Amino acid sequence: MTQILLDPSGELDPPQREPLPIPSTLDGLTIALLDISKTKGDVFLDRVDMHLQEEGLRVLRFKKPTFARTAPVELLQKIAQQCDVVIEGLAD
Amino acid sequence: MNVPDGFIAVVKRDCPTCVMVEPVLQTMEEGGLPLTVYTQDDPVFPALSAVIDDIDLKHSFRLEIETVPTLIYVSGQRERDRVIGWDRDEWQRITGLTGLGRDLPPLRPGCGSLSVGPGMPEKLALRFGGAHFSSRRIEVSELEDEIEYCFERGWSDGLPLVPPTEERVYRMLNGTKRSGDEILGFAPPVQAQCTIEKVAVNAVMAGCKPEYLPLVIAAVEAALDPVFCMHGLLATTWFSSPMVIVNGPIRKAVGMNWRGNVLGQGNRANATIGRALQLVIRNVGGGRPQEADQSTFGNPGKFTFCFAEDEDTPWTSLAEDQGFSAERSAVTVISADGVQGCIDQRSREPESLVASLAQSMRTINHVDMVNASDVVVVIGPEHGRLFDGAGWTKLQVVEALHDGLLVPGRDLGMIGENGNGNDLDAVDRKLPKFRSGGIRLVRAGGDAGLFSAIIPGWLMKGSLGSDPVTKEIVL
Repeated sequence: MTQILLDPSGELDPPQREPLPIPSTLDGLTIALLDISKTKGDVFLDRVDMHLQEEGLRVLRFKKPTFARTAPVELLQKIAQQCDVVIEGLAD
Repeated sequence: MNVPDGFIAVVKRDCPTCVMVEPVLQTMEEGGLPLTVYTQDDPVFPALSAVIDDIDLKHSFRLEIETVPTLIYVSGQRERDRVIGWDRDEWQRITGLTGLGRDLPPLRPGCGSLSVGPGMPEKLALRFGGAHFSSRRIEVSELEDEIEYCFERGWSDGLPLVPPTEERVYRMLNGTKRSGDEILGFAPPVQAQCTIEKVAVNAVMAGCKPEYLPLVIAAVEAALDPVFCMHGLLATTWFSSPMVIVNGPIRKAVGMNWRGNVLGQGNRANATIGRALQLVIRNVGGGRPQEADQSTFGNPGKFTFCFAEDEDTPWTSLAEDQGFSAERSAVTVISADGVQGCIDQRSREPESLVASLAQSMRTINHVDMVNASDVVVVIGPEHGRLFDGAGWTKLQVVEALHDGLLVPGRDLGMIGENGNGNDLDAVDRKLPKFRSGGIRLVRAGGDAGLFSAIIPGWLMKGSLGSDPVTKEIVL
């Protein structure tokens, strides 16, 4: 059953958290390509990787053990430590 | 009241008295009396034709039933009479049936109504009583852990919070007679309106009992008083944060600690009242570390720093010094850093102990600094008894401390009178370490230990920054 909580804040912010702002440029940033382990996801990400590297951008590759579960904490921490933005290959 | 005219009985099968009166109710029905029976736990009990299922307790709540069985007589849509429990004479009088229950004992008190069981009044008030909140309702999916959710929303000080459900907030608001809509002030840094309801939501999260709410409200009122300068105190790079000191009869009423480990952990009221104030600043005001809160180090008291004063001493209390009589309860907020211990196991005269304390207080902010932060000294019981035995009042001790804290100008060294290095004019003068009124003494602590606790506050004091604020606790 859905639980209802009362907002403890001054309610000057939207009720849902805003995602971090999208950077206006990728220059100088490290990009994570996250393969969620769906079939052929790697094919798609290989192509994205190639295009990004052609632009002279730094790309690191990561892979979840299984798409069925949320990413392991170690993987999330590794990405957070090494990268500035993440491109994730979702769904089929 | 939207109820049928005639008789209303409210019963539950789990109550032996209700089971006992089942034949009485049958007699009433057979006698043609207009009878409606609400049953709280079993729709087929009692064996009558006019039994209404009240398992959701809606009718029990609206009829304000506290005990079952209860028999009510309604006429013209208004309640005219009510009998609680089984009282043969009363049931006979109200029904006009003289032989009613003649084979039963004359009196049985009945059982508690399910509608007043633990946690039920809040649930029922929310469901059927029109209880209303102004705060946004946030849905948390059943797949999420609500405590983890509170962390993720950024509401926490780093420790787990009690999720502020509507039932909990309703129960919390019952801790005060004041309206949840009442505005206490504007919480910095965003200057958001701070209502009693918002304070209650944060008090729930902090782990307060409802009876602590009036103390939290008073602490928030004091902290939001412009004299306290909460905005600056939050934003400063210095260590300080609000410290809450409670005086008056409410200390005992809610079970606060002013004895052993008084400045430490382990007492729910001390811990959660101070934490609730911090959470109000964090959540209502949006004051978070490394954002508006620019403190270089902070201090552990920024989780919570609240205690009660020992008033069983010859000295006046902190609140009495502010003009409140001992019969009134009050909360004082004071800017405070960490605690510096002062040990003196040798002094046998007050003059000697004052000298010890003064020497230790000289180091506040910097040993060479004068016009330093205001300071609270918590005099421990063993040190206090030395002053009491010699008949020294609080005022005498404060004056002696000021006298013992005149710093020769030539000692100012790296930090001058105004913090600007050597001030040649001051070399031959003696300068007060603390401003007038800048030393405050309170009494608290465990029986053993010839110690006192020195607690300095924010560098910016008085009209330039923060002054202590005392507010009466209003239930």
